[in-house]
Amino acid sequence: MNKFGFKISTPRSIDLDNGDRRLYDELVATVPSYRYCIGCGGCTATCSAGQFTDFNIRKTHFLFSRRQYDKLSTELLPEADLNKCMLCGKCSLVCPRGVNTRGLIVEMRMLLNNK
Amino acid sequence: MFDIFVIPFCLGVLALLVISVIKYYNWIKGFDRRQQMLVRKNILSWKFVPAIWEMIRECLLHWRITKHNVLLGYMHRSLAFGWFLLIAVGAVQAAVAFPGGHHLYMAIFFNYFEPRTPDMAHTHAMDTIATVMDVLLLYVFSGLSLAILKKLWSKPLGMKRTTRHNVTDRVAKFALWCIFPLRLLAEGATSAIYHNGGFLVAGLGSVMESIGLDNGILEYNLWLLYSLALGVFFTLMPFTRYMHIFTEVFLIYFRQLGLRDSDKKNGYTLFELSACSRCGICIDGCPINRELGVTDIQGVYLLQAIRNKDVLNKANDIANMCMVCGRCSTECPVGIDLEPIRRQVRNEQVSSIDHPDGYQYLKSVHHFNAVGRVAYFGGCMSHLTPGITEAMEKIFMAAGQSYWFMDKEGTMCCGRPLMQQGMVRQAEALRDLNKRVIKKSNATMLVTSCPICYQTFVKDYKLNIPVIHHSQYIDMLINEGRIKVKNGGQRVTYHDPCELGRGCGVYDEPRHVVASAANLVATEEEREKSLCCGYNLGNIHIDSEQQKLIRDAALRNLLAPNPDMIATACPMCKKAMTRGSDIPVSDIAEIVACNLVDS
Repeated sequence: MNKFGFKISTPRSIDLDNGDRRLYDELVATVPSYRYCIGCGGCTATCSAGQFTDFNIRKTHFLFSRRQYDKLSTELLPEADLNKCMLCGKCSLVCPRGVNTRGLIVEMRMLLNNK
Repeated sequence: MFDIFVIPFCLGVLALLVISVIKYYNWIKGFDRRQQMLVRKNILSWKFVPAIWEMIRECLLHWRITKHNVLLGYMHRSLAFGWFLLIAVGAVQAAVAFPGGHHLYMAIFFNYFEPRTPDMAHTHAMDTIATVMDVLLLYVFSGLSLAILKKLWSKPLGMKRTTRHNVTDRVAKFALWCIFPLRLLAEGATSAIYHNGGFLVAGLGSVMESIGLDNGILEYNLWLLYSLALGVFFTLMPFTRYMHIFTEVFLIYFRQLGLRDSDKKNGYTLFELSACSRCGICIDGCPINRELGVTDIQGVYLLQAIRNKDVLNKANDIANMCMVCGRCSTECPVGIDLEPIRRQVRNEQVSSIDHPDGYQYLKSVHHFNAVGRVAYFGGCMSHLTPGITEAMEKIFMAAGQSYWFMDKEGTMCCGRPLMQQGMVRQAEALRDLNKRVIKKSNATMLVTSCPICYQTFVKDYKLNIPVIHHSQYIDMLINEGRIKVKNGGQRVTYHDPCELGRGCGVYDEPRHVVASAANLVATEEEREKSLCCGYNLGNIHIDSEQQKLIRDAALRNLLAPNPDMIATACPMCKKAMTRGSDIPVSDIAEIVACNLVDS
């Protein structure tokens, strides 16, 4: 019936006011440079784990800042699986905004684990 | 002969003895299996010989502190060795005076209990011993006055900043400082009545006699105070930093037997915690102190916080703020290796997320095209500085060496960055994966460009092929005449990377390499005293501005002799310093590759 070559997308708007700010606030408190991120994706481009998989730090950053913590589980989004990170630190070195990406990943893992 | 004033001293000694024995017994019981095995294996070997030598050199003569600063060494030596000799000579004195045997306290309070029959009191031997005792007491006093000077003005003793001690430490120190003046005064009062003692004591005695003091009452009370000071000091000893006096002896012995820290805190760690004398020598060199002004995270405070278990959170904060540059460990006069202890604390903190199942994807990434006998591992950081890997490939080719660029397509991390954050199990998973690849390649040698990788390859991998850093490899090629290098004539200063220098003790090879391709200029703080570039992976808590401050300090040191270029042997140091330096920063491989001569 509906073979138009396209489909109707479900609305994907995210109301930041509805999210749980607690984890986000905690992350910003421990790694203040998190807020400087401009989403350029340099970290993801250089990522050692990203060379072998579709692991995507940028995406993880975004999901976290949009309070979509539930999406950050291994099953739903393999590319946001922080366990793949080898903590080599290339991402921190290439970041043009001086975000402490490496510290951010450890803190995110801690926060998500203790959620 | 007995007098009631000796009781505080006797109780103090008893408390010290009982508590120490219980503590040491429990700590030895707390060794892990590997450590226990080493003790059993080596306890009957000749290793006690170097151990005894090190005990004399460090516990009594304080050689390492003397190397740090002569005056500071003299202060510690006069207090430790001086007091030791006082006790030893005092024992001889008592043995001579009481041929029929005596109690311990009679030797300690000898002048009070000294037999005063005319034939005993003034024999030649007794006079000589009394003089020796007075000389020794003066020796201790010279150290004591330096200790007081250090408290008021520490700079002449080579310390910009000294440790802030807790209350129990201060009370014990006060008791310790009281012991020797009280002893002299008590002996003086006795001498004022009976005219015994050597030149110092007798001199004080005649002064006390001449100014008309009631020396009878004074004498007894001074001996009581002396006994109290000793009692308080001995009772507090096991709970304060002064526990290091005996613990260091044990630590040296166990270290000579081959014991090292394990991943978890255990009995051996407890020996290390108590062996720290809180001298504070680790504070001045620490880059976090020097550049960021953070003065409460240095090794001495970490060990103190772990020892006082009640402040575990504080220990976490302290352990996390460190750069793990290793400067403190090279300066520690007790030789405590602080990195594994920090790792233990960090490991406890992150144990909930330390699960190694995230790396399954790495099992299928390596395509084996291993052709060369030499495996070359660039490391993650070298992929950010492709100049280094290109230079290495050029050098391999110039030397006619077939090589396998192991991580050309993509890097599997060596695992050390994880280790530094305390994620021991995850690091082990990466190690196993890398080991499998290296084994399968049949390479006969592993060359790496990254000192971070090099350190873990050498210390943790236990590979059965030689592992060398590219600085050593290039040095070897030059020595064997396989590559020829011309001197480019540039003035170059060399930056010792923390992981390569202090981490693995590789100081000379990179300098040989630089000197063969350029004119090497020395800097003020180099080798063991080299400054961290600020980007060390050991710290995930400082921000980029703080990193820049630390880097700039390292750069100031390197730029002071006005060089044309800065050389280093670490891709991360290079990356860090290039950003803050007006003159070029090159890896030694790049300098060599530029100056290769076709033979």
